[in-house]
Amino acid sequence: MKVLVAVKRVVDYNVKVRVKSDGSGIDTAGVKMSMNPFDEIAVEEAVRLKEKGAATEIVAVSCGVAACGETLRTAMAIGADRGVLVESEAELQPLAVAKLLKAVVEKEGAQLVILGKQAIDDDSNQTGQMLAALLGWSQATFASKVELDGTQAKVTREVDGGLETIAVKLPAVITTDLRLNEPRYVTLPNIMKAKKKPIDTLKPEELGVDVSPRLKTLKVAEPPKRGAGVKVPDVGTLVDRLKTEAKVI
Amino acid sequence: MTALVIAEHDNQVLKPSTLNTIAAALLCDPQVHVLVAGQNCAAVAQAAAQAAGVSKVLCADAPQLAAGLAEASAAQVLALAPSYSHILAPATAFGKNIAPRVAALLDVAQVSDIIHVHSPDTFDRPIYAGNAIATVQSSDKIKVITVRTTGFDPVAATGGTAEVSSVDAVADAGLSSLVGRETTKSERPELTAAKIIVSGGRGLGSKENFEAVMTPLADKLGAAMGASRAAVDAGYAPNDWQVGQTGKIVAPQLYVAVGISGAIQHLAGMKDSKVIVAINKDEEAPIFGVADYGLVADLFTAVPEMVKQI
Repeated sequence: MKVLVAVKRVVDYNVKVRVKSDGSGIDTAGVKMSMNPFDEIAVEEAVRLKEKGAATEIVAVSCGVAACGETLRTAMAIGADRGVLVESEAELQPLAVAKLLKAVVEKEGAQLVILGKQAIDDDSNQTGQMLAALLGWSQATFASKVELDGTQAKVTREVDGGLETIAVKLPAVITTDLRLNEPRYVTLPNIMKAKKKPIDTLKPEELGVDVSPRLKTLKVAEPPKRGAGVKVPDVGTLVDRLKTEAKVI
Repeated sequence: MTALVIAEHDNQVLKPSTLNTIAAALLCDPQVHVLVAGQNCAAVAQAAAQAAGVSKVLCADAPQLAAGLAEASAAQVLALAPSYSHILAPATAFGKNIAPRVAALLDVAQVSDIIHVHSPDTFDRPIYAGNAIATVQSSDKIKVITVRTTGFDPVAATGGTAEVSSVDAVADAGLSSLVGRETTKSERPELTAAKIIVSGGRGLGSKENFEAVMTPLADKLGAAMGASRAAVDAGYAPNDWQVGQTGKIVAPQLYVAVGISGAIQHLAGMKDSKVIVAINKDEEAPIFGVADYGLVADLFTAVPEMVKQI
């Protein structure tokens, strides 16, 4: 079974982002970028499926600017066999990415697609669900455990209030939650090997997909600042302030 | 036109998140309908009909809708969608699973996790773990939206007098089925609806300490218990207690952070709380940057002392 993994290049999760003063967006110039953490978990899961013999080939796909090629190299250093870069300078929103991925899935004949549950930049949590819808496939979102058995996948999902296990028919789309696995560190030899693995570059036009954004961002602003707090010297003062000043207990 | 709210429920009880979603829907359109899709869910439909501001409840009752699975639920919503200008779901695990599937089938964008409605087509939503707020405008004919429940006060659960009408259930495509559920049993208030939350981090050191230190405080305050990702990953607390960008988003009256340093991802989940208290022995911890009241102290002495004094 061929597995497709979608990976996104995002501002590194440790970076404290800055809003541009003209309100047009986030300042990403010179900021460290890396693979979306949930996507690392997705790649790791695909590699584990291959190591168990359940997957035959892993294709990593990324949509965006040419620099997304680096993200694909990281995926290949973790263990993906090859990469597909859908190159576009345009702002790609989840619906457009889902359409691009659908075209790549059909071109590649993949049976399983694994994505992160959300990207830490736009925090949308949409692409996997949208892809499943467009393909007419089943979906298993927020996965914390995946077991493939022949024609179906048994997936444990993290839901509000606990866990839920569902059985989905293959082909299917799975999105990863944090606790699905611990992604492995990439080793230097594997980084070197990844440089030799092939990357195909495609354009949205070749795939026949219109990527024009559907949502218009009017403005990006800093969130309201909280008023400066106080440090209290001891527990007694704290409890007293909560009772008499904040009146919350 | 009319706004449709997808009700979250367990076939017996209407989840409070639905009431917050109705509040957001009323800001988009004065006419709000609620869809209750499930099995043997008449009681839920009745409860939805009593929610303030609802003008009609649609009830779809069929076995394939019992578990709220995405494939069957989305197909059900899609069948009704053409009559509506807005389709809203709570931004909970339930709503996030279904809404994007509906949006893609309608070929429209989805607006995730809105916290403010400017006008029927313009919304605010947080991005980058809440470090920026984007104002977005949708030009799609049907707006599919998920609602951050802490961003909107719930409508009253009673006082409404909507009629309940049943709608035909859409045939099952048989793509998925529920195997089982493991719910964390708790007598405490639900995390996302609690007025007070006490939350523990890596500073607690072990599962035993977490329970020994945090439980008496939660009991005394009648609070829900939360945790940072570090505490959950270390096994001190169950997954669904996690507060943060990738866990629950909460905004209680009082949030007590104990032994939590305050990473960006954690702050994203709690910084809209009315009053934040931080107890941490590291006075440089970022949590003190958002805390209204900070106490630099060893939590193992400070928390039991606090329990005694409340």
